[in-house]
Amino acid sequence: MLIRRAPDLRFSDITPKSLYLRRREFLQTAAGAAIGAAAMAVASPLAANVAAQQREGTGHGAKLANVKKSPLSTTGEKLTSWDDITSYNNFYEFGPYKEDPKENAWHLKPRPWTITVEGYAAKKGTFGFDEFIQAYPLEERVYRMRCVEAWSMVIPWVGIPLKDIIATYQPTSQAKYVEFVTAFNPAQMPGQQTRMLPWPYVEGLRMDEAMNPLAILAVGLYEETLPNQDGAPIRLVVPWKYGFKGVKSIAKIRFVDYQPKNTWQVMTPNEYGFYANVNPNVDHPRWSQASERRIGEFFRRKTLPFNGYADQVASLYAGMDPKKLY
Amino acid sequence: MKPIVVLKRIIFAAALIPAAALIYYAVQGDLTANPIEFITHFTGDWAIRFLVITLAVTPIRRITGWNPVIKLRRMLGLFSFFYATLHFLTWFVLDWFFNFRQMAEDVVMRPFITLGMATFVMLLALAVTSTQGSIRRLGRKWTQLHRLIYVAAVTALFHFWLARKTVVPQFQVVLVAAVLLLGFRAWWTLRTRTRTHARTSTAL
Repeated sequence: MLIRRAPDLRFSDITPKSLYLRRREFLQTAAGAAIGAAAMAVASPLAANVAAQQREGTGHGAKLANVKKSPLSTTGEKLTSWDDITSYNNFYEFGPYKEDPKENAWHLKPRPWTITVEGYAAKKGTFGFDEFIQAYPLEERVYRMRCVEAWSMVIPWVGIPLKDIIATYQPTSQAKYVEFVTAFNPAQMPGQQTRMLPWPYVEGLRMDEAMNPLAILAVGLYEETLPNQDGAPIRLVVPWKYGFKGVKSIAKIRFVDYQPKNTWQVMTPNEYGFYANVNPNVDHPRWSQASERRIGEFFRRKTLPFNGYADQVASLYAGMDPKKLY
Repeated sequence: MKPIVVLKRIIFAAALIPAAALIYYAVQGDLTANPIEFITHFTGDWAIRFLVITLAVTPIRRITGWNPVIKLRRMLGLFSFFYATLHFLTWFVLDWFFNFRQMAEDVVMRPFITLGMATFVMLLALAVTSTQGSIRRLGRKWTQLHRLIYVAAVTALFHFWLARKTVVPQFQVVLVAAVLLLGFRAWWTLRTRTRTHARTSTAL
């Protein structure tokens, strides 16, 4: 349900009246104009917050029924709040700043939605979202999420094991990798009207990574459907990798014989690779990955190899140079 | 009261609005899910904006011919230093919480931190020598020393650029403003030199 709330802040509440009444006087000088712009810049996030509360698709989603708890969930961690998970997002399709997705993601219409399966698979085609997910039971998976920017969250995802979905489409032996592509729709994803990143966003996994039990396609969090800013209607979650591997609002899944060129690798090849496994010993060229700030906590904490999921995934990379796995 | 005095007071009050807004956000609990990152970006953005605004004073004086405007320059520069100090303290106290070893590693290993620290040290030098006493004592050397602001502007821009994963719109704005303002100075200096040269030639 949409709860409308009257804006409780006006611009006149922010700018001191004395200043505001003298606006002509100082706006006549260039310096004054700059300060005016400054005051606007300070005031606009407040106005935007008020507006965001009134927009659909970015608030609480529909309740998901019959979600079973998974034994693969991470235990002993305090969950990050729903507010934090849904107001602090990297989703460049809706803007470059963390608060942009919550503000702009109402443009996205996650229904009707289609997902196209292509490439080396016995079963291919374009499927409606409900048809795509209906065969599988939904599971709650609590996972740590470690961003490449050295912050982290603990998120109770609701999703489907990726391996079960892949099995449905029967990839052939030529399928070595899975490529995921975000929807391309500049009218609904305003960030795609800029050239900030090469669109559409692409990510990929090696077939054995995709078949690992920890990999899921998420359709919800906190037992509700995904808000648009978190990647509605369906997104990838691979908790042992940096967050940017978790491609959102997926429109295409391709079974391919080449290593997909993921967007951040294309953008800055010396900083982002294909594997992007969380590794405290391999620094980002511009900052350390040794520690992270858990959202909601003050002190940094040590980052764990494979984000703490080494027992389940380290064997995938046996014999590979860990320095190459960033 | 002279117009410049009135203007100076207004700008002084206005320049405190971002700091007041930050306190307001903090009281409201509106510092985003990652308050330390928000404060870091907020104070850094204002430090570099005031640096660019400071660079605008001389061009405004040249274009308008209104010489008293120069009286705003020190105050604006000090506001840049004020927000840069908050930015530095955010990193020092909130981000690393006096973890000197990690901070030292950052300054040495991370070019964007190195550049940020270099910028802060330059602004500090400019701030402590911004008094009337220093101007008198240093004489011609003061002018030379305060050309450091151009270096600080360049290092600050590189610091901003390297700190983000992509080129953000706020960076583009300060970059374009800084290029225009520094370009104006270069053009003005060149023009003045040519004219002086021309005049000298005629005299000969």
